[in-house]
Amino acid sequence: MRGIISLGGYLPFRRLDRSEITAVLGQGGGRGTRTVASFDEDTTSMGVEAARLALANVDAMPSMVSFASVSPAYFDRTNATVLHAALRLHRTTAAFDALGSQRSAVGALELALRSTGTHLVVGSDIRIGLPSSADEAAGGDGASAILIGDDDAGSPIIAEYLGGAVATGEFVDRWREPGSAQSKLWEERFGEIVYGELSVQAWADALEATDLTVGDITTAALTGLHARAVARTGAKLGIDNLADDLSGSVGNTGAAHPGLLLCSMLESSSPGDVVALITYADGVQVSLFRVTDAIAQYQAARTIASQIEAGGSVGYAKFLSWRDMLPIEPPRRPEPDRPSSSAAYRNADWKYGLVASRDQESQRMYMPPSRVSADGAVDQMDHIPMADAVGTVATFTIDKLVYSPSPPVVFGVVDFDGGGRLPIEIADVDADQVAVGDRVEMTFRRLYAGDGISNYFWKARPLR
Amino acid sequence: MGSHGIKDQVAVIGMGCIPFREHWEASLDDMLIDAAVLTCESAGVAKDDIDAFWFGTSQSAASGLSLSIPLKLEGKPVTRVENYCATGSEALRQASYAVASGAYDVAMAIGAEKVKDGGYQGLNAFPIPHDGTKRSLTAAGMYSLILPAYAQKHGVDEGELRMVLAKIAEKNHYNGARNPLSQFRREVSAEKICGMAAVAGELSVFDCAGVADGAAAAIVVRAEDAHKYCDDPLYIKALSFVSGNGSGVTDPDYDFTSLPECKMAADDAYAQAGVTDPRSEIALAEVHDCFTPTELLLMEDLGFSEPGTAWRDVLDGTFHLDGELPVNPDGGLKAFGHPVGASGLRMHYELWQQLRGKAEPERQIDLSGRDRKLGLVHNLGGYPGEMVGFVSILGTEVD
Repeated sequence: MRGIISLGGYLPFRRLDRSEITAVLGQGGGRGTRTVASFDEDTTSMGVEAARLALANVDAMPSMVSFASVSPAYFDRTNATVLHAALRLHRTTAAFDALGSQRSAVGALELALRSTGTHLVVGSDIRIGLPSSADEAAGGDGASAILIGDDDAGSPIIAEYLGGAVATGEFVDRWREPGSAQSKLWEERFGEIVYGELSVQAWADALEATDLTVGDITTAALTGLHARAVARTGAKLGIDNLADDLSGSVGNTGAAHPGLLLCSMLESSSPGDVVALITYADGVQVSLFRVTDAIAQYQAARTIASQIEAGGSVGYAKFLSWRDMLPIEPPRRPEPDRPSSSAAYRNADWKYGLVASRDQESQRMYMPPSRVSADGAVDQMDHIPMADAVGTVATFTIDKLVYSPSPPVVFGVVDFDGGGRLPIEIADVDADQVAVGDRVEMTFRRLYAGDGISNYFWKARPLR
Repeated sequence: MGSHGIKDQVAVIGMGCIPFREHWEASLDDMLIDAAVLTCESAGVAKDDIDAFWFGTSQSAASGLSLSIPLKLEGKPVTRVENYCATGSEALRQASYAVASGAYDVAMAIGAEKVKDGGYQGLNAFPIPHDGTKRSLTAAGMYSLILPAYAQKHGVDEGELRMVLAKIAEKNHYNGARNPLSQFRREVSAEKICGMAAVAGELSVFDCAGVADGAAAAIVVRAEDAHKYCDDPLYIKALSFVSGNGSGVTDPDYDFTSLPECKMAADDAYAQAGVTDPRSEIALAEVHDCFTPTELLLMEDLGFSEPGTAWRDVLDGTFHLDGELPVNPDGGLKAFGHPVGASGLRMHYELWQQLRGKAEPERQIDLSGRDRKLGLVHNLGGYPGEMVGFVSILGTEVD
């Protein structure tokens, strides 16, 4: 048996109310909210967060990690290696990207399902469009991670892969030139017709391949960036119970969305349920799963529903400035220089993995890790991963002078449960909402970029 | 093993300090030349009479060449010294030890910083390649952590403590207004300071040191030679320096209400100088008021106030120019300005003026009735939890 061992969906904390777009521009926008990646998040850092959630409660570890995105932090180098480092995966674990379109994300999922070994399939996107565009309003930011493997992977399979089908077609319904913030769209009717034909064929082929009838389907999630095609042709497939596609609360998170919808569906599923994922992206892909008995014991580290509940608002102007659509005056301080590649490589355990050292004798924690203990012992240290540690804000300050891509900086001195202190920036918080005694957890962020090099490290964020 | 000090072995025979300003018209070389000339005149020596030089600058230059070329020194050793904001004091410490050792007869410590050519507000760190995990916080941000911590620990209302800090700035501006060399020569009321917008925690720009260019220097000789050059030298009673191990930023037991490196340096200095009751024995103190909360904590760490009581002493005027123990009579970093490499020597310059009765009459501290005329300099570099601390004590007589 092969299938899904665990899943993680990550939604950034901030939400844009779509009516704000209309209020500011007099056009665009709409109803509901969309998720917004913070200024210190990119697709890579969100991918790390989703992957951490997927791996939180399982023993199985991936032998391969793939990262799909339409808006990667880097070209001409791999982004998945950052995930590999932050997750502290073994050196023998492969890491590669699948970039460029939403299709890449479902392609990577399909590849993992049809393959052998344990694969962590991560999709992550920051969906942008020109102000007032449909892409801006309908898009969302987020990441998903799905751990795929066989039933001997070390943890049980919660959803068995039954099979599926694909229908591929070459037609230009949306496209974006590299470097552009704007995707362009062909008139909608054409795509609707083509997707309609493809989806009917893929759906029929998938049912036939799995010996299922449409009546066997408990829930199906349909997703695609061509919203009209998804809405109009989905009705033709005869499925009664369509899952919430999260468009009202989250928006379409592109490469992350198929995985997010799987997370969402499996959160509320029962043993024996058959769930379908139908993705419209330069063709139509259908994947069918049967939920196993193991779902009863499965604990999602953080559900999509709870994250939708927990969001905090961001204004439209701030949203635009975070996406480089509205440049704002920076503090008159030097911009940060690029991090040293060799220093970062040397200190990867600390920088990416947040691994501290703890003196074997006194048990005292050192962050960053120290070779020498205050008691004098040299190299008598244990290595302690702190990424999942929880701590308390001992004291904090608001710094309006220091360089930040989005001032002011909220900075706290965090004392961790079980030992260790780290003075560190606090993310996803309004400056007037911090207090001594606040409980915080760690989150992987892109602090800034220097000379085009993304500088990743950790911040604290309120435990919500 | 032990820290023995060099009490009464070395004397300062001349000092010079240029006005600390935004010296748009003067280069680092200009400031070094002017400070060196003033200092040589003060000591009555020519540059060729000086055997060795210690040149402190934090970020304005590198190597001894940055001094030997502008001064056109011939065949002299110059050591470039750097120890954060305590750089100037460190230069004096090294020059003093060199003289005490017998290696040289006459040595100059000179410190300078050209801050204002950078084009940014405030002080900025020299870029050293790093892994990108360093703290993102200004010095003001780090020092702003003190206020809420002190208020909580000692049960002081934060609003009242805010006023205490403003009183410290008001005092230092009052003193600076009477000092022709200081950067800011204007009094500012505590009420006005309390009304300023906060930039880091509860601190406003009026809680921060002035940012200025400047240079200052001293010439030291062995104590027994002092009167060959000078009728009224100052004798070095103590020089102490502690470089912290950074435990405050890694140890949850540290609570941001003390600067342990400074306390250790003070205790060592008092032992060297034979001072047992600093509040009564020290006639004046120049301390590192990089931010107003720093001066508050230092009053306790230097033993001038009992822990938890400095805020009351501040409100009582204990540290005013005419108070029981004047602190920063020259205006301090707050009003005199803070060119990093020069500040430590500027602090010693104020001792040089005051202990010898050479300050301007309107700000000269009354030293009559004192057995020993002792002054203290405190200079630090770094942040709460992670700093270097320096304390020296100088006096007018050999004990």
